[in-house]
Amino acid sequence: MIDLDATDRALLRALQQDASLAASELGRRVGLSQPAAWRRIKRLTEAGVIGPRRLDLDLEALGFGVTVFLGVKLALKGRVSLQDFERAVSAIPEVQTVEHVLGLYDFRLRVVARDLPDFERVLRRRIMTLPGVGQVEANVLLSEERRHGPLG
Amino acid sequence: MLDDSDRRLLRQLQADPTQPVTDLAQAAGLPLATTYKRLERLEAQGILRGQRATIHWPALGYAVEVSLRITLDKTNPRAFDEFLAAAREVPEVVEIQTFLGRVDARLAVIARSMSHYQEIYRDRILSLPHIADIEALMHVATVKNQQTLPL
Repeated sequence: MIDLDATDRALLRALQQDASLAASELGRRVGLSQPAAWRRIKRLTEAGVIGPRRLDLDLEALGFGVTVFLGVKLALKGRVSLQDFERAVSAIPEVQTVEHVLGLYDFRLRVVARDLPDFERVLRRRIMTLPGVGQVEANVLLSEERRHGPLG
Repeated sequence: MLDDSDRRLLRQLQADPTQPVTDLAQAAGLPLATTYKRLERLEAQGILRGQRATIHWPALGYAVEVSLRITLDKTNPRAFDEFLAAAREVPEVVEIQTFLGRVDARLAVIARSMSHYQEIYRDRILSLPHIADIEALMHVATVKNQQTLPL
């Protein structure tokens, strides 16, 4: 685990906003030379702090009007293998994220669809037919914001 | 409107946002000049808004991630706004979502340890306004994380 100073935190905040900024521009924003900014970004990347980049796309303009979060509880626990479920659910293109969780549900899925009828098709044909699937709860996403987190 | 070439371009870009435009052009089977032009147009149209870095919190010592599913007291018309405004003030809240469904909102909360989480939960979360019910899901593992669109 690495320690961050105020400049590292400022760099990370800037990258969360725009990951395509060049080291020179990043340095200018946080008061560093281009090589100094580059060295810090390299150090943060090597420490595994900077995760994968995410493309920010206008989903609606691309025809994906609906995002739904599903809580999935497996039925017949012990008789279905988690791996089988995980493999099958991960192969569905509309399923963007699969998290294994502890609590009321076993898995949390993020699903994109063109509209509600399209979502219903994905739910009935792809999700409800997964091996071991039990109770499913759906919540339609209305708004979403990602925060800086504890970066000062 | 988008044509097949645009879709191909976005599909390739989603797969690896860091790749140089020359690689992207090759992967999408488009001339370099056309690729630049199309990317510019997608940005101008607001379809391609940019690229954001994600932070891998465990590398900074935040080992715990909890999803808090919250039901709000909707008898108060200001409940959503006031709850969301107060949730934004908690630094350990890394995502805020609102829903149509059985739960009204979800907060993703990160913490250094379970005792740190308990502290945040007691001092910062339980004091948020208009909460009627909270359910917690603790994150165990990420099986798939591909916020790409099936274009």
